[in-house]
Amino acid sequence: MEFLSFGKTGWGDELFYATLMTIAVSITAMLIGFLFSLIFTPLKLSNKKFLNIIANSYTTVIRGVPELLVIYLFFFGGSGAIMYVASIFGYFEYIEINAFITGSFAIGIISGAYSTEVFRGAIQSIDKGQFEAAKVLGIKKHIQFFKIIMPQMLRLAIPNLSNVWQITLKDTSLISVTGLVEIMRQSYIAAGSTRDPLLFYSVAALIYLMLTFLSMKLINKLEIKYSRGF
Amino acid sequence: MDFTIMATSFPKLLSAAVITLKLLSLSLFFGLLIGLLFAILRLNKNPIINRFAYVYSYIFRGTPLLVQIFIIYFGLGQIEYFRSTFLWAVFKEPYWCAIIAFALNTGAYTSEILRSAFQTIKPGIIEAGKSLGISNKIIFYKIQIPVAIRQSLPAYGNEIILMMKGTSLASTVTLMDITGVAKYIISTTFKPIEVFIVAGSIYLFMTFLIHNLIKYLEKKYSFQ
Repeated sequence: MEFLSFGKTGWGDELFYATLMTIAVSITAMLIGFLFSLIFTPLKLSNKKFLNIIANSYTTVIRGVPELLVIYLFFFGGSGAIMYVASIFGYFEYIEINAFITGSFAIGIISGAYSTEVFRGAIQSIDKGQFEAAKVLGIKKHIQFFKIIMPQMLRLAIPNLSNVWQITLKDTSLISVTGLVEIMRQSYIAAGSTRDPLLFYSVAALIYLMLTFLSMKLINKLEIKYSRGF
Repeated sequence: MDFTIMATSFPKLLSAAVITLKLLSLSLFFGLLIGLLFAILRLNKNPIINRFAYVYSYIFRGTPLLVQIFIIYFGLGQIEYFRSTFLWAVFKEPYWCAIIAFALNTGAYTSEILRSAFQTIKPGIIEAGKSLGISNKIIFYKIQIPVAIRQSLPAYGNEIILMMKGTSLASTVTLMDITGVAKYIISTTFKPIEVFIVAGSIYLFMTFLIHNLIKYLEKKYSFQ
């Protein structure tokens, strides 16, 4: 138990900060995922075949390839790609990107593929009459989206987004292979130096369980809020 | 784009696909047995038994697969007593540790899929069986299980694909599956994009095959 105490002798405070890191990466990745789905959901719903193909290949490739492979691509290829872009602008020094950014981006792209599917499904299951009624009333396109479509879409999307959040949260454990000190990495370090892997990995599992449990509680509240009147 | 790297890494990655497929099929086999067992336990009326099954699936679905592999591979070997039992012969192998972790993980998801399939069986089907004087045991094996399997096919197909992606974690415990070999080639040649394209295509091809197999089975076993 003294291994888990806070302070210089124990790993409690390190694990606490690692947990905050996991939460920070998960939230960043989820937001990056939303950005991606903001781009790709309209492409999926578009009438143009070409745009559909682009969006479909994004979601199919990302959802069909292991997360770890995507992370390796970003980890090994990330700084190379940035340096290539920089060399076009005449900058030839070595650029190293921070593990946090690489990690959140890799997980964000994965999370984005899942949320794109969720938003597509939610928008498609809104009654067609709603779009037509808004059009007939002469409501402007963007107000139509924000005031009529979005509130209805969120109600349908939240239960599935909660699954995407769980997947994203658990996927962040894979970033530990890039050396970012989140829960898994910290447990790995602690297990190595105390030779007590069973304890530290079990604690890591407990922390993840706690995070998934608490976020479920929070999301349930949101769900109630958005399904008022149904 | 370096095509020679792509051409030379393709056979290496393809032979690594054999390990991926072995890991996948064995974990799915054991996972299905575990899933069926726990789905039946979940439907048991005894509150202690169904609570136990619920906690099992909650723990394995609420924690990352990576933690589960690490606990089984690094953690269990630490227990002195455990190393003296015959089980140690199995648990000292990273290959079997990975399979055990995958099977327990997919078993938890499978139990949820099967449970909801059992629960959505129309009571009329069971009542019809009863009114024909068929015994409860035969109703379960000959009516409930086949109907539940048909109901759960689409969800189980997704689970197979998720598990296939999950096998990539075996590379973290020194196994050389597709991802393990891909990482090795990337770190020796520094050509991440080329290797990703080749390895990713192999995975996508497997996803495609699984997807179509499930679609075929769904059609074959549909009620119409």
